[in-house]
Amino acid sequence: MTSEVTNIVVEVLPRFEGYVYPNEATAHPLWGFLIVLYPYITGLVAGAFIMASLVRVFKVKALEPVYRLSLLTALAFLLCATLPLLFHLGHPERCYEIMMTPHLTSPMAIFGFVYAWYLMAVLLLELWFDYRQDLVEWSKTTAGFKGIIYRIFTVGVTDVSPPALALDVKMGRILSVVGIPSAFLLHGYVGFIFGSIKANPWWGNAIMPIIFILSAIVSGIALCVFNYMVLTWIRRHTVEMRCLDTMAMFLFYALLVDAAVEGLDWIHRIYAAEEGFSVMQTMIREKLFYTLNLGQATIGTLVPFLLLGSLQVLRRRVPEIARRRMIFASAAMILIGVLAMRWNVVIGGQLFSKSLRGVMGYKMEFAGVEGWFMGILLLGLPFVILTVLVKLFLSERLPTSGHTPHGSSTT
Amino acid sequence: MNTRFNRRGALARLGGILAGVLALPIARTARAAVQRVFVSSGAARGYDPSKHKWLMCIDVNKCIGCGLCVEACKKENGVPEGPYFRTWIERYIIPKPKPGSGQTRGETLVDCPNGGMHGFPEPPLPRDQIEHSFFVPKLCNLCEHSPCVQVCPVGATFDAPDGAVLIDPNYCIGCGFCIQACPYGCRFLSPVTKTAEKCTLCYHRITRGLKPACAEICPTQARIFGDLLNPVPDDPIQKFYEQNRVQVLKPHLGTAPRVLYAGLDKEVR
Repeated sequence: MTSEVTNIVVEVLPRFEGYVYPNEATAHPLWGFLIVLYPYITGLVAGAFIMASLVRVFKVKALEPVYRLSLLTALAFLLCATLPLLFHLGHPERCYEIMMTPHLTSPMAIFGFVYAWYLMAVLLLELWFDYRQDLVEWSKTTAGFKGIIYRIFTVGVTDVSPPALALDVKMGRILSVVGIPSAFLLHGYVGFIFGSIKANPWWGNAIMPIIFILSAIVSGIALCVFNYMVLTWIRRHTVEMRCLDTMAMFLFYALLVDAAVEGLDWIHRIYAAEEGFSVMQTMIREKLFYTLNLGQATIGTLVPFLLLGSLQVLRRRVPEIARRRMIFASAAMILIGVLAMRWNVVIGGQLFSKSLRGVMGYKMEFAGVEGWFMGILLLGLPFVILTVLVKLFLSERLPTSGHTPHGSSTT
Repeated sequence: MNTRFNRRGALARLGGILAGVLALPIARTARAAVQRVFVSSGAARGYDPSKHKWLMCIDVNKCIGCGLCVEACKKENGVPEGPYFRTWIERYIIPKPKPGSGQTRGETLVDCPNGGMHGFPEPPLPRDQIEHSFFVPKLCNLCEHSPCVQVCPVGATFDAPDGAVLIDPNYCIGCGFCIQACPYGCRFLSPVTKTAEKCTLCYHRITRGLKPACAEICPTQARIFGDLLNPVPDDPIQKFYEQNRVQVLKPHLGTAPRVLYAGLDKEVR
């Protein structure tokens, strides 16, 4: 327990307990913090997109105020999703080989294609169809650099006749419907990268993709709640409580399902107690004590579950300001908890030897590619991109065309 | 009534199967030819991998833990200094059970100081408390169904037709997926080349008619190396099979290793 804290604060030499294979006795795990960020960011993309599709496909009208924000969030994070992967490669200059000569039995090989499909065929197209009418209008009314950007994004299509707009709506809906399985594919597949490793009892697990998808949905909705509340606070607007309550409801039920499936996974592991169970006990009791019990279970699941659950029971009896704070706190805690969950999966899977006879330590350094600094930079970058996107496409100064995702007025 | 089986159909099917069987060696040769042209494996010029099937057998009872194989491997292959090994030796010490503990043996101790390269220190227990102590040389397990090959995203790791599992260093992107997938801890990311590395059975040697460095230097012939397709008179591999019951490491993972052990204990993983 203590070693985990000291590892974060001061530099300590790598320590091993028991026997580890000599090739495993390195100071750092092979996949460090960057690979923790990779499923985290990808999960946020998938979750934010599913949040947006609640409006489009499932017609949850209360969520319309966050529809565009969630799509832009998904885009901002998707643009950064491959960066951690790229930086951790031994030969980043050869990364194109994954797409040029993919090895089709490798779960990692298909990522390039799933990513490209999701970015190009789903997210960008959906955003474009959704924004087309506005882009045409803004390109006419905005001057200067911004105007040029809007004109470029129209791609020369300036038809805003009713049939053209009807087509936009139709295409948007089709893309959303295609987008949901794509988002599941994008992140379920990330889960499969870990779930397919039979050599590692911490990872090799059939329901790993499902756990990844569910936690992705939870984290994506939490991120949308977080972004929405921060944006309204920055703009000194009032939060639409109907929207926020609905988001909190979806967040609660997503968390419920996620916690149930993850709990099931744990029950199975403990009950089956297969080879390597004792080393897993060491992990839970020592190596991952804080990130698992405190980060993932308490901060990431239990407390938000109680907060959001009490809101579901008490509903409107809780004063608005308390509701807002409880929902914001839950979202922030879930974001931390899911990051802790990714840490527990990625780093946890490398803190014990595949000989199942020993455990390794992990000291995360500050500088360096896998260090804190880089991690914070890569986590901050999507927010910077999102700020630019919000300035460009969700600005208060921009006139709205009265266009809603459904092409009809809200109720 | 139209029967499903008629002579013409059956002949066509038979012909198809025959063509498939005939095409198989052609496909294998073609694959080998393609690999010869496009892959950097260090093989000798003119070496035909489809005419060999390499195998390594290890007699645990014969290993004395001298560490010469580890040193030879490091020197022969330029393996980087530090915790990087293409082959290593583990020492297992199984203590006698404590009297009255109701157990058959004590808690197993395993060590491998510096890969066993310079031998081993005195055991941490008095000799009269040790029930068994033995050395287990480890190397790439030459899996028939290699998990490392399966997961390589670019196909830089591949099964050579002769049974060796090789890595093309000019092609590997250094993602580390294969290292995670290897159940035996045989792979490492080289700090020098930033690519995955592992035992190649000394491919540059075996394709020139030599033995791997570890098998060559082993003073007790604990490592027996041979070619299943070209047995020699009084073949040591054949003899090994006749004299021992063999085991593989982690058989439950279904990797079907072709490094075979004689004299393993249940504690060896």
